[in-house]
Amino acid sequence: MKVNYLEIVTNNILFGVVLSLAAFETGIFINRKTRIPILNPLLIAIAIVICFLFALNIDFDTYNKGGQVINMFLGPATVVLAVPLYKQLDLLKKNAKAILTGIFVGSLIGICSIIGISYLVGLDASIIKSLVPKSVTTPIGISISSQLGGLVPITVLAIIVTGIIGAVFGPTICKLFKIKDKVAVGVAIGTASHAVGTSKALQLGEVEGAMSSLSIGIAGIMTVIIAPVVYNGSIFIYHMIK
Amino acid sequence: MKLFREALIIFGIYLLGELLSSLLHLPIPGNILGMVILFILLCTNIVKVDNISNVTSFLLDHLSFFFIPAGVGLMTSLGIIKSTWWQLLVVCISTTIIVMGVTGIIVQTISRKTKDKNI
Repeated sequence: MKVNYLEIVTNNILFGVVLSLAAFETGIFINRKTRIPILNPLLIAIAIVICFLFALNIDFDTYNKGGQVINMFLGPATVVLAVPLYKQLDLLKKNAKAILTGIFVGSLIGICSIIGISYLVGLDASIIKSLVPKSVTTPIGISISSQLGGLVPITVLAIIVTGIIGAVFGPTICKLFKIKDKVAVGVAIGTASHAVGTSKALQLGEVEGAMSSLSIGIAGIMTVIIAPVVYNGSIFIYHMIK
Repeated sequence: MKLFREALIIFGIYLLGELLSSLLHLPIPGNILGMVILFILLCTNIVKVDNISNVTSFLLDHLSFFFIPAGVGLMTSLGIIKSTWWQLLVVCISTTIIVMGVTGIIVQTISRKTKDKNI
């Protein structure tokens, strides 16, 4: 009997875990060496894993046995997002009205424009649902997407791409809209482009960084509540017009 | 010992959030309820940041690692990306600009008004 060594390796739960760890290490290494924002460690890691699986003809479910072990940490990772939020509590209290109104209206108009523009460029419902939470942090975005019935991998990709856009063009966009107030710049970057954008805000200054990281959690919670209401509302309006 | 106690607090709160979400049929996912619960416990000083600092930094310092499997799931929907990549890019770019612009302008306008009042 011929022994299939590849199958013995891939059928082990550890295969997916080890492959992911190795790919992430490589991603961090490449990102540090090149310092190019588009070469985001997560994006590189995902690309490496996908190429590896295709090259050896391994299917997603086999990899995902280990993947599910990693997925298990997504829940607790969301829970501890409360810690950075709590650490910035004093800063929030000082500017509560401006920050909360800004994040609420920004997220609301954001979701409306995602649905509107997606519809205009001809995307179908399952993809629109996946894009609705694209501005929030990944663990929250994944929850919103699966609750709406979206395609989680598309959501993850859109969230990473949005983060990179925010990190690269955030300061330019703020200049364009004449947003100069440090608090406003931080909140804008954090609300639009979550943790990846926040890494850029931290480089701009302490206030910008703190405000941006504060906005990640608040925008996430607000979007959880706003997203289903706006999405279902938009479907209702669509049917009314039709 | 400390790590186990920290993990117990965090996973315990997460479980509580999941249970509340499913038992009360709430539209809010359990992990986000867990985040709200932890935030309340921190504000009321029942849980202190130091009580959970190690596991928290383990989870948050390299948060993006935990999204790899979700992202690798793309290989099951590569067809969608191939046929809609430019639409996806248009939506991502335009809405990022909109959210950032709207949020920033509102925060700036309101905080200027409040500052004027104070003076």
